Amino acid sequence: MLQGIAFYLLAATAVVSGLLVVTARNPVHSVLWLILAFFSAAGLFVLLGAEFLAMLLVVVYVGAVAVLFLFVVMMLDVDFLKLREGYAKYLPIGGVVAAVLLAEMIVVSSAVIQGGATAGLTGPGAPDPDMSNVEAIGRVLYTDYIYFFQAAGIVLLIAMIGAITLTLRHKPHIKRQNIADQVNRSAAKAMEIKSVQTGQGVTPEELL
Amino acid sequence: MDAAVSFWATPGGWTLITVGQILLITVGVLIAVAFLLLADRKVWASVQMRKGPNVVGPFGLLQSFADMLKFVLKEVVIPSGADKAVFILAPIITVILAFMAWAVIPFAPGWVVSDLNVGILYIFAVSSLGVYGIIMGGWASNSKYPFLGSLRSAAQMVSYEVSLGLIIINVILLAGTMNLSQIVEGQSGYFWNWYAFGGGQGTWPLIVVLFPMSIVFFVSALAETNRPPFDLPEAESELVAGYQVEYSSTTYLLFMMGEYVNIVFMSAMISILFFGGWNPGFLSQETLDGLPAWIAYTIYLLTFITKTVFWFLAIALVKAFVPRYRYDQLMRLGWKVFLPASLVAVVITAAWRVFAVGA
Repeated sequence: MLQGIAFYLLAATAVVSGLLVVTARNPVHSVLWLILAFFSAAGLFVLLGAEFLAMLLVVVYVGAVAVLFLFVVMMLDVDFLKLREGYAKYLPIGGVVAAVLLAEMIVVSSAVIQGGATAGLTGPGAPDPDMSNVEAIGRVLYTDYIYFFQAAGIVLLIAMIGAITLTLRHKPHIKRQNIADQVNRSAAKAMEIKSVQTGQGVTPEELL
Repeated sequence: MDAAVSFWATPGGWTLITVGQILLITVGVLIAVAFLLLADRKVWASVQMRKGPNVVGPFGLLQSFADMLKFVLKEVVIPSGADKAVFILAPIITVILAFMAWAVIPFAPGWVVSDLNVGILYIFAVSSLGVYGIIMGGWASNSKYPFLGSLRSAAQMVSYEVSLGLIIINVILLAGTMNLSQIVEGQSGYFWNWYAFGGGQGTWPLIVVLFPMSIVFFVSALAETNRPPFDLPEAESELVAGYQVEYSSTTYLLFMMGEYVNIVFMSAMISILFFGGWNPGFLSQETLDGLPAWIAYTIYLLTFITKTVFWFLAIALVKAFVPRYRYDQLMRLGWKVFLPASLVAVVITAAWRVFAVGA
């Protein structure tokens, strides 16, 4: 019973906050509702017994991706009233996309109910009920699907290097701090003592 | 007797017990924070050869309670341009998340509210949420300094989380579990079994990697909790007070409380992950098992509290000794020093676990 209450609470929160993501006037509020939606989805994962996925969802999506969303939305100076002007114009296209998504989800969930999607899952991929979540996922990921896993890693690495090379610029006239140089600098390197005759003074040339 | 036992086994009894545990920990942590805050100020004052708070109560012991009363009794001022709901929500989220993390902290064997299998991931998830309190507070204030402060803080916390996570992976590799109680049990016995000193038999040469990593973890914890020398989000010489400029009275108190609860939490984490948690370190496990249960548990609890307070005092001393970093230096330290170092450490630890003889 407790599980049922928790499920309906979390599901209702997810649906309502999902709606509010789309309807909220302020884009920052939209992102905050989106975070709530992610969070309730993580709660649903916990109810399913997939606590590892739940925690990863929170760490990756809520802790990192949504923070970047929030950054961009807060700092972009977009006139959101203007964006809303074409609401009626884009409504049909949006409606079609939503309808297609709904149809797909119904197809997938009916397949899951009939056991169609998971029925063939025996042998190495089938989860062992005694195994903890983390262990089960780790086993599958690092044995059966190791090449795909590595490929995904390489794709991410290339994307990261690409992003850095696109944005990294060394401007020629900007001074940069070199901490090793600073630490290695000693009094002997930094100054020179010249003896100056009393009353004679020095010219700038003599100092060089 | 039977009736009593069956009552505690029902969902209602279970709920009551859990709520009781939560209340116990919340109140305990709050009272501890009240005195630790005073200790923090006293340490800071002694380093600067001042006396520190010494008027309210003997040795100023009641200072924190007087401060709390003062904060609560003042008027909550909400700037007219602020986003009211988010403005008030931000400190509440900060303080709730700060307390949420304590749910998986084991104080002694079995003394934990929720003995999660993915305890470390849970802590990681909760602490990665902590950044929202600060961002929301800074943005909702609708003012420039708070906004700058919150952006800085978000970037800083996201950066240092990466190295914290990688260092924690070292400990997970050694312990072979993400459950915090089991991690502490893995360090039982004498102090050379603590993960900071390599984790005892078979893995002791890893002290070369793990001791520096425990120090890196300490420094990252300073950055993660926005403590000096990494308190750039509230650098008063540049940003007035960062994200909390517009906050007053209770809302400010909540931010402050969340910050200190987080600091104490990080001290507890350092002692659990690297310094043996509840294990005293100078008694063998057999000796402790031979003692009457209440004595053993008193030793466990006192050990854990002592270690946590020790790390809290270390953090307080750092605040007094070290000048503040510049922002680019902070980012350099996080991304160019700590991240590669902790990555190398993960590689070495993993290689040792796989290839070493007898490991």
